[in-house]
Amino acid sequence: MSSAGTNGAGSGKGASVTLSNLEKTYDRASAAAKAVDGVSLDIRSGEFLTMLGPSGSGKTTTLMMIAGFETPTAGDIAIDGKSVVAMPPYRRNIGMVFQNYALFPHLTVEENVGFPLKQRGVPKAERARLVAEALELVHLPGYGARYPRQLSGGQQQRVAVARAVVFKPRLLLMDEPLGALDKQLRENLQLEMRRLHADLGITFIYVTHDQEEALTMSDRIAVMNDGKVAQVGTPEDLYDRPENRFVAGFIGESNFLPAVVRGVENDVVIAECDGALIRALCPGRPSSGEKVTLTTRPERLRFADSTWIGEQMPQNRLSVTVTEAVFAGERCRYMLQAGDGTSIVLKEPSSAAIRRRAVGERAEIAWSVADTILV
Amino acid sequence: MSEIAQPASLALAVSRPRSPPFDWRRAVPFLLAAPLLLYMVVLYALPVVAMLLRSVNDPTWTLANYATLLDDVVFQKTFWITINTSVTVTLGCLILGYPVAMGLVRARSMAPFILVIILLPFWTSVLVRSYAWMVLLGRHGLVNEALLALGMIDRPIRILNTPLATQIAMIHILLPYMILPIANALRQIDPSLIRAASGLGSTPFMTFRQVILPLSMSGVAAGTLLTFVLALGFYITPAMVGGPRDITLSMLIAQQVDQLNWAYAATLSAVLLATALAILAVARKLPGVGNAFKTSMR
Amino acid sequence: MRLASILPASIVGLILFFLAFPIVVVAIVSFSSATYLTFPPPAFGLRWYEAYFSNPDWLKPTWVSIWVACAVVVLATFLGTLAALGIARLPKAMRIVAAGLILSPLIVPGIVVAIGIYYAYSRYGLVGTPIAMVLAHTCLAVPFVVTSVTASLSGIDPRLEQAALSLGATPGATFFQVTLPLIQPGVLVGALFAFITSFDELIVALFISGTGAVTLPRRMWDDLRFQIDPTIAAVSTLTIVLTAALMGAAHLLRKRAERTRTATSSAVA
Ligand SMILES: Nc1ncnc2c1ncn2[C@@H]1O[C@H](COP(=O)(O)OP(=O)(O)OP(=O)(O)O)[C@@H](O)[C@H]1O
Ligand SMILES: [Mg+2]
Repeated sequence: MSSAGTNGAGSGKGASVTLSNLEKTYDRASAAAKAVDGVSLDIRSGEFLTMLGPSGSGKTTTLMMIAGFETPTAGDIAIDGKSVVAMPPYRRNIGMVFQNYALFPHLTVEENVGFPLKQRGVPKAERARLVAEALELVHLPGYGARYPRQLSGGQQQRVAVARAVVFKPRLLLMDEPLGALDKQLRENLQLEMRRLHADLGITFIYVTHDQEEALTMSDRIAVMNDGKVAQVGTPEDLYDRPENRFVAGFIGESNFLPAVVRGVENDVVIAECDGALIRALCPGRPSSGEKVTLTTRPERLRFADSTWIGEQMPQNRLSVTVTEAVFAGERCRYMLQAGDGTSIVLKEPSSAAIRRRAVGERAEIAWSVADTILV
Repeated sequence: MSEIAQPASLALAVSRPRSPPFDWRRAVPFLLAAPLLLYMVVLYALPVVAMLLRSVNDPTWTLANYATLLDDVVFQKTFWITINTSVTVTLGCLILGYPVAMGLVRARSMAPFILVIILLPFWTSVLVRSYAWMVLLGRHGLVNEALLALGMIDRPIRILNTPLATQIAMIHILLPYMILPIANALRQIDPSLIRAASGLGSTPFMTFRQVILPLSMSGVAAGTLLTFVLALGFYITPAMVGGPRDITLSMLIAQQVDQLNWAYAATLSAVLLATALAILAVARKLPGVGNAFKTSMR
Repeated sequence: MRLASILPASIVGLILFFLAFPIVVVAIVSFSSATYLTFPPPAFGLRWYEAYFSNPDWLKPTWVSIWVACAVVVLATFLGTLAALGIARLPKAMRIVAAGLILSPLIVPGIVVAIGIYYAYSRYGLVGTPIAMVLAHTCLAVPFVVTSVTASLSGIDPRLEQAALSLGATPGATFFQVTLPLIQPGVLVGALFAFITSFDELIVALFISGTGAVTLPRRMWDDLRFQIDPTIAAVSTLTIVLTAALMGAAHLLRKRAERTRTATSSAVA
């Protein structure tokens, strides 16, 4: 399902989008403040791409430029290989779902969904059929005669989606479309968005600052920071192989261990951290003696004296002292301190069979090389 | 040196902001506003300015018309009456308007009813309301009849065509202009502040003095200024119910126009306009007044 | 405690009585059967309404007023709505200047406007024509249209217009299918205000209506010089009822527009 989008550019039902060196400066006077600063992205036909990033990182601005509401200060936007920078928004044929849905309050649901068809001169009978079809798609048949104000937030959101896809655009843009809804509803609608994506086969560009949402829904995620793309990749890529400290810290929880490079073997770096030699994956070739940071996920660490049934104890080890122990239901969370003062978090699945560590206890932790990344 | 400079300037050229040669869409706001602006300039602003210019170019360019005002007894008396009436009316409106504004804000189910009572006279023409006071205050009007019936007077007294009649009618007409800005300001006071004050043991009167009154001052200032400025320009009411000798500036101006005394009328108009604008200019500097004005002018 | 709440309430009640009573008296007097002005009337009847409706001296000015007011509504609403749309998008400095000019008739003393207009219009032989009344009253009515339309424009979510564009509506289609319907209540309210402004206006009329375009307020003013018979009470009552009806309509329109708007945004919030 998630690989539905790996067709070649321009083919299939979805549009391919290419952003090259896109820049946007709102305030021409202070060129320093770039809302979007050199964004390059290749979004494949039929892909579900999520832009994820903290507030103010330029997600909305990028989306607005793709939709045509903002003109790029520099760079280019191509849809299916053709530059659209000079094209007004109403010619781009892009579906868009706004955060507050932007349903027309003076039109009924039917008229709202029929609006884009009317603009395209679709005859009335045909329009009614397509509207009914679109409402069916978002599970709202029979709501056509209502006004937006007579719908709940979740229903309004579905109408907004129906309206954005009814004219069969090849690209759908969504700016935090679930941002205003409660958690339960969000989770339901996340699944529906996925299903919709699979059904329609068109390209989705989805903006959110909720990382869980991004991880569960997307084919690929572009992590934005400060107007730049910090990393693009599949959810697994970003979680297991963050390319920089920002991504490692922004997606999930990470430990950062200061270390000094001692040598390189194939793709593995050997670095000294608090007197121990730690092995880490690294695409580059750092030189010996260079100061680096190693990162690893709290749930990938284990106490070395746990039972290792059917597996070998991993290579990386470190001696620590327990400074805090918190029982959090399905997991135990330990705050540990290495000899050099570095704080380390470790999460262990809770089980009555596993001994709890006490504060002040000394212990050794172990984790595998594959879970250690140099950033 | 030049080898380094060249790529740098090239990069600059590449990342220069895109600006299309001429975007006609940018002209749209101007084109939309232009007809009305042109209309207002030709049919309203230029006529008024041309008339006002008569005060300085009749027959030649001179400020003599203004200089003579300094020892023009008629003008000075009229100006004084105008200011005096405006102050009295404004004070009257403030005293009567504040309680009504509070009542309007406090009332729950009664609020729409109170609002209708305030707005109905507000939208009735000044002429009709002045006429109503002629009916009430006349020699055989209701007020005289009532006073006679109560035995408070033996003979009908003269109220119509006195300054008092002007003041009563003007207060009646201008009261909504005082009530609405004050009510606006009162409505914006956070009710939790009042609850907090009474929770801290302050009596209703102390709460009023120390919380409500200071926080409603912006509305009071806006209402006071609006009332005062409008009162300055009153013409119909004093002409209808006022005394024959209590002439306001507006009435004097109308008289002078009737006598085709344009230079004098223009001079008086300039003084009246300048007074009103000066008060508004000062008022806009006061904190909060600008906003209160805006909301109440809607 | 009791007294503390009754006393202010009765004071407010008295002031409200002061506000409403004169108008009520006019209405009652208009139904008087007496041939002279007296209150309370000895008996009730419609003779003053009959006097009004059977007298061409009253009916003709009424028609002039209505025609002038209707023409003002058309002109002021058209110019004012266009200008409000433009002003909202002007650069700030120009916006302030434009708004200052357009709103100034609210502040400039009526007599100054009136004699200025009289001074200029008389040079072009306009005095005494209904055209002059329409041209002048439009200047006075336009501020109400502009403020009303501006208020409803500022209440529109800019994303609605963006949504329309993204759905393929051209800027023109966006204006006619989205913006205009959304500001329509504001435009109608402005139109009603414009009507009332012109219909009730007297000062300018005193100077420029001459003998050829005597309006209803002007006729009432002339009549009051000589007599205050209850015909004027009947005319006044009719204008009060008309005004109240129009204001009620404006109020309902505004309420409805507000409801539409808040309902959609609160569902999201
Ligand atoms: N219309 C505008 N005018 C001026 N600056 C703007 C405008 N819109 C956005 N900015 C600035 O551009 C930067 C990027 O904003 P943008 O809205 O793209 O962020 P975002 O990633 O969508 O944030 P959020 O998650 O809060 O929606 C911010 O610093 C913001 O202040
Ligand atoms: Mg955003």
